[in-house]
Amino acid sequence: MAALELEVVDLGKRFGDFVALQGVSTKVAAGSFHALLGENGAGKSTLVKCIVGYQMPDEGAILVDRREREIRHPADADALGLGMVYQHFTLAPGLSVLENLVLARPRLPAVLDWAAERARLEAFLDTAPLHVPLDAPVATLAAGQKQKAEILKQLYLDRRFLILDEPTSVLTPQEADEVLGLLHGLTRAGRLSVLMISHKFREVEAFCDEVTVLRRGRYVGRGGVAELGRERMAALMMGSEALPEPPARAARVPGVTRLRVADLAVHDDKGVAAVAGMGFDVRAGEIVGLAGVSGNGQRELVEALLGQRAVAAGVLEVDGAAYRGSRAEIDRAGLASLPEEPLKNACVPQMSVADNLALRSFDRPPQTRLGWLRRGTIRARGRELIAAFQVRTPGPDAPIAALSGGNVQRAVLARELAQPRALLIVANPVFGLDFASAAAIHQRLMAARNAGAAVLLVSEDLDEILALADRVLVISGGRIVHETTPAAADRHTLGRHMAAH
Amino acid sequence: MSADVDLWAVPLAVFAGAIRAGSPFLFVSLGECLTERGGRINLGLEGALVMGAMSAYGGAVLSGSPWLGLLAAIVAGGLLGLLHGLICSLPRVNDIAVGIGLMLLGIGLAFFLGKPFIQPRAPGLPAFELGAWSSNPLVREALRINVLFPLGLAACALMHLALTRTRWGLALRCVGDSQDTARALGLPILRLRLSATALGGALAGIGGASLSLFYPGSWNEGLSSGQGLMAVALVVFARWQPWRCLYAALLFGGAGALGPALQAAGVTGAYHLFNAAPYVLTLALMAFASERTGAPGELRLSR
Ligand SMILES: Nc1ncnc2c1ncn2[C@@H]1O[C@H](COP(=O)(O)OP(=O)(O)OP(=O)(O)O)[C@@H](O)[C@H]1O
Ligand SMILES: [Mg+2]
Repeated sequence: MAALELEVVDLGKRFGDFVALQGVSTKVAAGSFHALLGENGAGKSTLVKCIVGYQMPDEGAILVDRREREIRHPADADALGLGMVYQHFTLAPGLSVLENLVLARPRLPAVLDWAAERARLEAFLDTAPLHVPLDAPVATLAAGQKQKAEILKQLYLDRRFLILDEPTSVLTPQEADEVLGLLHGLTRAGRLSVLMISHKFREVEAFCDEVTVLRRGRYVGRGGVAELGRERMAALMMGSEALPEPPARAARVPGVTRLRVADLAVHDDKGVAAVAGMGFDVRAGEIVGLAGVSGNGQRELVEALLGQRAVAAGVLEVDGAAYRGSRAEIDRAGLASLPEEPLKNACVPQMSVADNLALRSFDRPPQTRLGWLRRGTIRARGRELIAAFQVRTPGPDAPIAALSGGNVQRAVLARELAQPRALLIVANPVFGLDFASAAAIHQRLMAARNAGAAVLLVSEDLDEILALADRVLVISGGRIVHETTPAAADRHTLGRHMAAH
Repeated sequence: MSADVDLWAVPLAVFAGAIRAGSPFLFVSLGECLTERGGRINLGLEGALVMGAMSAYGGAVLSGSPWLGLLAAIVAGGLLGLLHGLICSLPRVNDIAVGIGLMLLGIGLAFFLGKPFIQPRAPGLPAFELGAWSSNPLVREALRINVLFPLGLAACALMHLALTRTRWGLALRCVGDSQDTARALGLPILRLRLSATALGGALAGIGGASLSLFYPGSWNEGLSSGQGLMAVALVVFARWQPWRCLYAALLFGGAGALGPALQAAGVTGAYHLFNAAPYVLTLALMAFASERTGAPGELRLSR
């Protein structure tokens, strides 16, 4: 099976009045590894969804191996050998990996012979360098394993053209290199063409041959990765907008202890201890970076700190007083938070952007008068925040679930940082953000610290932690196993502590 | 009768009741199980059950054959199930609300169409007299197994095999677990759901037929005691597994027989309390079967 060539011509797509794509044309040569770049909300996901028939373009044509094709349905793309790994996981969580893969395979007989299916799949796995447990329900897999299973599924289906929508956002750099290296090998062998959406220049430079850049739904340029270089790619993405300055750290001594955690124990959904014997302090005017591989209790810790999960035992104090994350306590603490998966954990997906922006303050003046909500004020404030934080949305009344991943993040930050805060708890704050938005958020975090806020930064991205933190803690197996400063830290030691569990 | 014989009769009666009164529970919970595996809850199965009971009785009276009556029940239940699936496929429609609507529709329609069948006697479904060897009438009565019960066992086995060993079953589970996944795979979501809800309705119809054509074996407006609604609790208890539906149905059938059996044995004190046993059991199961493992991801109630 040979790799496919793909060309899109003058593709256009609108959602209501909002133009998500307009006149986009580009071409991916057979056997090449092509990157699709653009800011959050530029229309990258929309473009690739149109290519695989998950959405219908309003205008334009798609050519596969130089023949125009109607792709009205994912099954049409399937039949052509086009496959896609979506930005969000698409394996059925309640089914096992085996069941998911078998269901996806073409020409599945009406009566299943599981022994034969398993043998077939195992024979295929012997040739693939990725390994995932076959019989566990997908819901029980870690994010990295899920992503591998998604890619495995596509390879199992003999794809000749593979689209990846931010495939590495949930993987560690090593895992990402492994997965992309494998795909790269397949393109070199002429078996596969790849179109990858990514915000990570490092990956683009290491694995991609060419890039296409979108800005606000329009095509703005393409070229070879080597010819363009990082500067030029960034400039194409940003247009005339100015790049944010790197965050400046003001010299200051940490002040009083704002957040104190001691001997904390928190259970996960199954009642198993996810955090045990955890202890640390966060003081005013410092950023404490909590580094670790995902699944080591970070999620449960953050949920407990935000009052979303019960504390099983131990001390949780803010400003010296016991704290359990009630709304009154959060207000008193001046706490702002950005949990991971903000659409799920910090938003009401079907409510409008303006309403979501008001969630912290809707029941107080000026948004409320005499117990009645003032819709006009809520919308007006929503508009202000949307402008101030450059949230790209069809409007304040659009459901927040319709925003691109990065813009949901910006919206939540806009809500949380709308007023000055004394304590910030953020988890993977730039996950899935383009580099400009990431820089803007880092700048805001640093600014909050410089102004005296205590910041807890939970992140899987060591670079982010080393760039921002005043102190670095390593979490592993639900407890703190190592403490250092960015100046004294060396990656090797950190990596060893992170992998300790 | 002496006291020891009476007490010995209680477990026998509970066993008999488990099978006799458990049959409608079995069919309607299998129907609900199948529907929910596709990601929808159909409270309208209560309507399908009552409609099935009426159609079975009316069909048997008019044609003189209980088997044609059974067929009528399957068709009536299947149509109501299909209707649920069709209405729920419209955008912004809530399956619970539609289910309640269809329950009322099914019950009302059955009462309206069933008026002429309250008086006449319909030929009942045959039974296997497994107790013919015994001279004890209690034993004989207890081992009189209606034909629908083995049919229910077969339905259990078939459904288990269909869900685990066929493409259709795997696809249906996928639709019930994650609609997005199913869409990305290009599965015919609507068709899969319609087949599951229609089959589920047909099964509930058979449950109704077992009420009107076997036990209690008559048609009147008080025939159903909410089996179609309790099926939802049964399915939770059964963790969406057909075989466990069987155990749950037997448990509920047996619990329903407890009151009358104790009364027959002369324990009359808490008669009404024991009669309420299935409902108490339902509440207890809903309260304590909180472990929702195996729940199809698309079920709104499971979120
Ligand atoms: N179903 C929808 N309804 C309305 N608007 C939508 C819908 N899907 C996407 N949009 C809008 O279209 C624009 C492009 O979205 P898209 O998801 O393609 O962005 P993206 O380039 O993938 O961004 P990111 O890097 O954040 O993932 C966004 O502004 C988004 O709000
Ligand atoms: Mg996207």
